[in-house]
Amino acid sequence: MRIILLDGKGREHELEAVEGWRVMEIIRDYGFPIVAECGGACACGTCQVEVDPEWAAKLHEPREDELDMLDQNYGGDWSRLSCQLIMTPELDGLRVRLADIAIREAA
Amino acid sequence: MTQETISTDVVIIGAGPCGLFAVFELGLLDMKCHLIDILDKPGGQCAELYPEKPIYDIPALPVVSGQELTERLMEQAEPFGPQYHYNEMVEELEKLEDGRFRVKTDGGLVFEAKVVVIAAGGGSFQPKKPPIPGIEAYEGKSVFYSVKRMENFRNKNVLISGGGDSALDWTINLQPIVQSMQLIHRRDGFRAAPDSVNKMHALVEEKKMQFHLGQITALHGDNGQLEGVTVKGNDNNEFQVECDTLLPFFGLTMKLGPIANWGLNLHENLVPVDTEKFQTSEPGIFAIGDINTYPGKLKLILSGFHEAALMSQAAVRYAYPDAKVTFQYTTSSTSLQKKLGVA
Repeated sequence: MRIILLDGKGREHELEAVEGWRVMEIIRDYGFPIVAECGGACACGTCQVEVDPEWAAKLHEPREDELDMLDQNYGGDWSRLSCQLIMTPELDGLRVRLADIAIREAA
Repeated sequence: MTQETISTDVVIIGAGPCGLFAVFELGLLDMKCHLIDILDKPGGQCAELYPEKPIYDIPALPVVSGQELTERLMEQAEPFGPQYHYNEMVEELEKLEDGRFRVKTDGGLVFEAKVVVIAAGGGSFQPKKPPIPGIEAYEGKSVFYSVKRMENFRNKNVLISGGGDSALDWTINLQPIVQSMQLIHRRDGFRAAPDSVNKMHALVEEKKMQFHLGQITALHGDNGQLEGVTVKGNDNNEFQVECDTLLPFFGLTMKLGPIANWGLNLHENLVPVDTEKFQTSEPGIFAIGDINTYPGKLKLILSGFHEAALMSQAAVRYAYPDAKVTFQYTTSSTSLQKKLGVA
């Protein structure tokens, strides 16, 4: 199982995914500078990704609290919080782009 | 106005769970604490990001909300008489010749402390800025992220952006004094008190304000003076909204902030410490909780509590090198129980 991540510079990375893990956790585990400041509580919106439109329909609808966080973080049509996307075999190959707001500034 | 300098044993930067528990641990060792926080309330992330979300990994509390955890920590710290300073951001931290530290806030408070504890979590909470190109040129002139004085907006043509309590509250509070009020939000659902949402809808019904669905994509104006914005509506059509003032309310995010200017070693926006004293590269300045880093670090509240306890042992020895510090238990020590007000 894998996900395809486009980083801030548009480079493509193939990440090994683990069933049951949040997409945010997979990205973080690989060492990408994802902000995710609340740690996956759907409370900050800083793990935002843009989902490839072809994949968007295969995801569950966002819950109200995820929509609230997308509101606060200038989400677009294909925006989701990667902490709310949990890997299942159906999502093998999922393509997401890390949103600018989710990229940690260099120290 | 000159501020009187506040002299104390410890200044704790950040009144989140780790800062609050540090008051307790330092208090058992007779160290008096002042806490400074940029928020208007204690609790840090627990209060700002997830006051109602349950936390399941605090020892002996199978489930507790961020709000309740904060209240309990405040109660536990209370016997030691901590002084809280809210809405203040520590801007300067410098070492004095006598080995103490001078701490200055953006609100003009000045402290002199024997030790400083940085318990600042992810840094300082600051307003999130919407990613609209060129918005910086308007900031402070016609784009504002907070309302300090309502009078500044009298007779203005105000556009508020956002769907939370701040956006709704300011829409309702400013509406009576502005020339025109408009609210824009990306959908017709709000993360705000239902009563506020109803009030806003009523104002729209009475034609006292307008509500737009969509997102601002561009600002138009001259020399920082806004004249209007372009909005992308939800059906992807673009339209213009005239306004001379924009108030975006998109919640808060954490930025490292002034900590970067204090001459401390940093690693990826974190403060490296040792795991015996939790001391930074500057003796007498300690760092606990999410802001620090060391091999094996876990960003857990419980780790921060442990760090607070060990840090306190080191801090009292730094502040009072000649004092004899004995290790005691609250269960058996009458002197500790007296400090807690239970003996």
